[in-house]
Amino acid sequence: MDNQDTGHILSYSQLAVVLVILLALTGVTVGVSYIHMGFFNVPVALAVACLKVTFVLLFFMHLKYEGRVIVLSFLSTITFLIIMIGFTFWDVAFR
Amino acid sequence: MRAEIDRVGIKIGMWLFLYSEIVLFGGLFVLYAAYFHKHPESFAVGGKELDRVIGAVNTVVLLVSSFTVAASITAIQKGSRKLTIGLLVFSITCGFVFLVNKYFEWGTKIHHDIYPNSETLVNGEPGLNIFFGLYYVITGLHGLHVIIGMILLSISLVLVLAGKIDGSRFSMLDNSGLYWHLVDLIWIFVFPLFYLVL
Repeated sequence: MDNQDTGHILSYSQLAVVLVILLALTGVTVGVSYIHMGFFNVPVALAVACLKVTFVLLFFMHLKYEGRVIVLSFLSTITFLIIMIGFTFWDVAFR
Repeated sequence: MRAEIDRVGIKIGMWLFLYSEIVLFGGLFVLYAAYFHKHPESFAVGGKELDRVIGAVNTVVLLVSSFTVAASITAIQKGSRKLTIGLLVFSITCGFVFLVNKYFEWGTKIHHDIYPNSETLVNGEPGLNIFFGLYYVITGLHGLHVIIGMILLSISLVLVLAGKIDGSRFSMLDNSGLYWHLVDLIWIFVFPLFYLVL
């Protein structure tokens, strides 16, 4: 009955653009890893990884076009993950 | 009268399962973060032991296969069955290539006496032992997910061939695709953390 909202179809060219962006970002992470910035290599690598994951989630996994239930439950999971990783690491780093 | 298919419900169920997978790998990344903080030098030495080229090749293989899986869902929705079949066969082959690379990678490590409970690791730096312990657990668990993803895609392929999946009911393919993308997501974090640290 309210199944209409699953009707969105991504075009091949849209998917191809996402793939090109993902491959370019992979090139960026590998390239940056050869520049030695000490500790800063880690946040840069993680930032690029987060950007790549966002593209995969929004387009390949169709999250941009999903209903409210899936989007909100996904965001809650990520919030939980941030709390779990953040607070545990906080404890380890500043004990 | 035919029963209504609740596609949204099917998708929500799949996502709930994916959340549990995200938290499972999240827990392993917490372990990685905590031990990285404790032994940064050993982790840097360990990371240099890993082959960036194989890691990068595997990243590209997974990204391309994720694209072809997403394209196969577009194809089935547009009714091009042959293209769907071709894209799925290609994606499953990519998964196989990934595993073959992993086999050679692990093989080389084991040949150099780097594996859980090996002489070199037990008698060496404790940080290095932890790094390779995490390496084997996380890439091993990820490899298991690649195998499961390939099985799910193969089942979808058989169902497409049998005509059970078509433009009006493709939730099995859709959900197998979501699982395959999850495998890709996890690798996107595993690759910089293990291969590119410092």
